[in-house]
Amino acid sequence: METRELIRLSDVSVRSGDRVRVDHVNLSISRGQIVTLIGPNGSGKSTTAKVVTGVLQPTSGDVLRKPGLVIGYVPQKLSIDHALPMSVLRLMQLTGRYSHQDVMKALDAVGIADLARRDVQSLSGGQFQRALLARALVRNPDLLVLDEPVQGVDFSGETQIYELIGRIKHERDCGILLISHDLHVVMAETDNVICLNKHVCCTGAPEQVMQSSEYLSLFGPHSERTLALYNHHHDHEHMPDGSVAHDGHAHGAEGHHHA
Amino acid sequence: MERKVITMLDDFFVRAVLAGSMLALVAGPLGCFVVWRRMAYFGDTIAHAALLGVALALLFNLNITAGVFAVAVLVSLLLIVVQRRAGLSSDALLGILSHSTLAVGLVIVSFLTWVRVDLVGFLFGDILAVSKEDLLIIAIGGALILAVLGWFWRPMLAATLSVELAEAEGQRPELMRVILMVLLALVIAIAMKLVGILLITSLLVIPAASARRLSASPEQMALIAALFGVVAVWGGMAMSLNFDTPSGPSIVVGALILFLITLIVPANLFGRDVADGGLPHD
Repeated sequence: METRELIRLSDVSVRSGDRVRVDHVNLSISRGQIVTLIGPNGSGKSTTAKVVTGVLQPTSGDVLRKPGLVIGYVPQKLSIDHALPMSVLRLMQLTGRYSHQDVMKALDAVGIADLARRDVQSLSGGQFQRALLARALVRNPDLLVLDEPVQGVDFSGETQIYELIGRIKHERDCGILLISHDLHVVMAETDNVICLNKHVCCTGAPEQVMQSSEYLSLFGPHSERTLALYNHHHDHEHMPDGSVAHDGHAHGAEGHHHA
Repeated sequence: MERKVITMLDDFFVRAVLAGSMLALVAGPLGCFVVWRRMAYFGDTIAHAALLGVALALLFNLNITAGVFAVAVLVSLLLIVVQRRAGLSSDALLGILSHSTLAVGLVIVSFLTWVRVDLVGFLFGDILAVSKEDLLIIAIGGALILAVLGWFWRPMLAATLSVELAEAEGQRPELMRVILMVLLALVIAIAMKLVGILLITSLLVIPAASARRLSASPEQMALIAALFGVVAVWGGMAMSLNFDTPSGPSIVVGALILFLITLIVPANLFGRDVADGGLPHD
């Protein structure tokens, strides 16, 4: 393995019974790199992520991990029962003990230090996702695995969280595996996209992947609009005076293709 | 001094209060997991299976507590296995197991014409009949449960919150679930004599539920639940002594009264505002 490489999956297949869940997948994540897994439902994204975290052993193929690799994980769905009293501070200590100073630093990094004493059940969708992100960060992970990290977050919140993820990559120099079922704003922060449908359909830089025929056939006509939205949004980010009206416009475009 | 303590234990009422208090100290924290994981019906099922354990123990002339523990563990493991295969909801499975184990137990007991079986004692408990030997079993069993619970507290809580997350960060949530089930089986085995098969779950659930509104953290909730359980035992025993009511049910009534009081007391009495889930006023 190269020195900055954290994990490498070579020719990994996972079968349960005679059902193929992922087929001959190759994947590598290095420090300072965001790798995005995209694909339709049931395409094996979560299975691949589970092989990365070590929860699943591949049926065939090899997994190489940097020795002592620390993983921080943000699950796709997490609802905390109201019967369980849980403050943000306590959530941070869920899988290990960390000093108050480290906890506050992690909360500060995701911008919710002022919510430390709140019950998690009282947080908004975006605040809760940030808390989960902080919880993963406090472990000081080499590799962050984020399974659809914008669940229950509104559109403008989504963008902010992806920007935050991009910032984390730069500041912490960790590797990030991002799982998403659509493209939206993911692309702006992604270094490498892997388009999955049991096997790897196509892989490469975001712009490259979106123009590939495999990608277009997998995501159908919908993808072109997503592509348009992506470019559209991207333009705005680089404008000197990105005003609220522009954001609203992007939101409108989003709503439009649902109508 | 030592002699004095030992003679105190000669008093059946002292033994009863002591046994009940020890049980409550264990049932509180364990009951929190039952509440958090929504396992109340599961607890009930294991408790009902205890009667099958009693019947089998009598049939084969074994120690009753051991018989109950063994059957309770077996039924919990059976549940885990069947759940994976049967394709039935766990609710339906519990419904089947809960009542069939109770029924089979009762049928077996009816065949045991050569032993006098105090069925009411098994169903509703007889805390006043606790012997010194029982006290020792409760003390050892209770200490064991608390030790295991304390040792695995953090991973158990993580497993309760999210199996996926715990797994991804290198923990073993499935193992935690099995350990929790074994602990439940153990607490039911030692509690049966005190409050009976039909009332055991209430000692797990009611103090924990009462503690919820007054707690800001899982650990605090466990402590308050233990404390509430002890208060319920003392209250119930006092009621039983003064009004000559059956002690097991009186303890449960004590727990219920405490629960009702926690509903009336404003939660922000303890510095928390639960209504908006908000900041503590410190």
